[in-house]
Amino acid sequence: MSDAKKGDWVQIHQIVLKPEERTGKLPEDTKKVPLELWVKGFLNHDANLYDEVEITTLTGRIVKGELVLINPRYEYGFGDEYVPELLKIGKQLRGILKGGDNK
Amino acid sequence: MKVDVSFDAVMNRKNEIMKKALGMDYSIYESGGIAFDYEKMMRDIGFGISYIMKIQRETGVGNTPLLELKNLTELVRKISPKGKGARIFVKDEACNPSGSFKDRRASVSVYIAKKLGYKGVVAATSGNYGAAVASQAAMRNLDCIIVQECYDSRKIGQPEILEKQRKCECLGAEVVQLTVGPELFYTFLRILEETGYFNASLYSTFGIAGVETLGYEIAIQCREMIGHDPDVVVATHAGGGNLTGTARGLIKAGAVNTKVIGVSVDLTGLHMASDKAFNRKSFTTGHTGFGVPYTTDPDHSDVPRSAARALRYMEDYLLVKQGEVFYITEALSQLEGLERGPAGNTSLTAAFALAQQMDEDKIIVIQETEYTGAGKHPLAQLSFAKKNGVEVKFGNPDEEIPGTNIILPEHPSLIKVRHADMDKMRKSYIKNAINRAKVDCVNDKDIEFLALETRTNRKFVESVLDELGIKK
Repeated sequence: MSDAKKGDWVQIHQIVLKPEERTGKLPEDTKKVPLELWVKGFLNHDANLYDEVEITTLTGRIVKGELVLINPRYEYGFGDEYVPELLKIGKQLRGILKGGDNK
Repeated sequence: MKVDVSFDAVMNRKNEIMKKALGMDYSIYESGGIAFDYEKMMRDIGFGISYIMKIQRETGVGNTPLLELKNLTELVRKISPKGKGARIFVKDEACNPSGSFKDRRASVSVYIAKKLGYKGVVAATSGNYGAAVASQAAMRNLDCIIVQECYDSRKIGQPEILEKQRKCECLGAEVVQLTVGPELFYTFLRILEETGYFNASLYSTFGIAGVETLGYEIAIQCREMIGHDPDVVVATHAGGGNLTGTARGLIKAGAVNTKVIGVSVDLTGLHMASDKAFNRKSFTTGHTGFGVPYTTDPDHSDVPRSAARALRYMEDYLLVKQGEVFYITEALSQLEGLERGPAGNTSLTAAFALAQQMDEDKIIVIQETEYTGAGKHPLAQLSFAKKNGVEVKFGNPDEEIPGTNIILPEHPSLIKVRHADMDKMRKSYIKNAINRAKVDCVNDKDIEFLALETRTNRKFVESVLDELGIKK
């Protein structure tokens, strides 16, 4: 059974330019890596992860690339850890407003 | 016939692709030298500010509240010499449909795209503008593609940009995500060519005309609320459209004595096209990495002639530190009950410092806020910075080194006014204009144009031309 079925919502990956094809005024670190692209769409055929596949994007474009994610989720949030430094700011400013420290 | 989509072939078709994707021919404004007819280009939109307001009302854009930040003003007065501490107001642009002033820019472009019969719109942006274009396109029933510079080579993206991807997708847009690098433009051109969609450029005349209503509204609201025009309007400055449009709107409202000041987060030392530095900055816009190059070379944008020409309108250019902006963002939440995104608060940070030098009866307006939430909240951004090896600590913001640390001010009085070197930028502008036009001599029209562009005079321009060895 394949990882993804025709019609599944997936993300694909492409190398747009290999390092040696890159142009322009680029810093050394960027020159060493390719220009990569990711886009999502509906899979046009059954496939396994990392297969070369074809998708139809939301605007109807047909795009080919490596299948990297199925039903990709949004992974960011409010950070992995709370930033306790922020607590000090509100406390300090409310203190100044209430008339404590004025310089 | 199969179209050649190699890098060189696509770049060689740039002008042809752009002409089709913008529905206008920029060559008619050119003089053949450095000068071009900026005002004619802006006039040729074909309608005035009242019609733009009508277009914006159709999609719920504009008419945002102007709020007085009374507690922040009081805080300023607590730490200022007696009699100092200008009143601070903010234009709450987060109230626009997609959560930022960028709706004003997108609204006119998308209206034009629809009117000209395009099936969809494309925009190259990693920020709020993408959400604005997606939102406006949804309202006007057009397809939308947003091209984002998003990841480093490890496929790690700033939480703020990832939030923008989500927002664009949730508004129905297709989002194309790329790793760091200016060759994004190649992918952008290929998509324009493949789809035949409209280029909803941030720098087109439509985009800038859309922001004019912001400056116009500020003048009218100030007159209604306090009886006169604001003394100073501060604008967060990146590509220059925010400042240019606002300043033009103020002028259209007759607020000719209001000073317009640009503000950017100082990211000096971080290369914007660097794979490694990409995730070591905590601001994805409103910083010097855009602000300085777009001020000194506005035409390196995605249209032949940018309508955003900040140096024409900017009386001063102030720099703030990342730590200061996070601090003021927290202050806005805690003292004013307004949770807003950090990018819009860049100008608020400068205003906070500036207000301490101005008399109590003076008025400063911060001309935008932006929405906040998961990904683009200081919690997300500071947590991400720490994870990427950037130290977050309290201290003196003057000691902040972009990419190495973020210094939250130990005390609000440490937030300072820092001036960028405007004359250096003006000289750099003139040099870039000459290089771009590939000329070794200039005529009277060029000198006049350069004086307008740099907000100086013939004498200044001529002295710079002499320094550069350019013949007249």
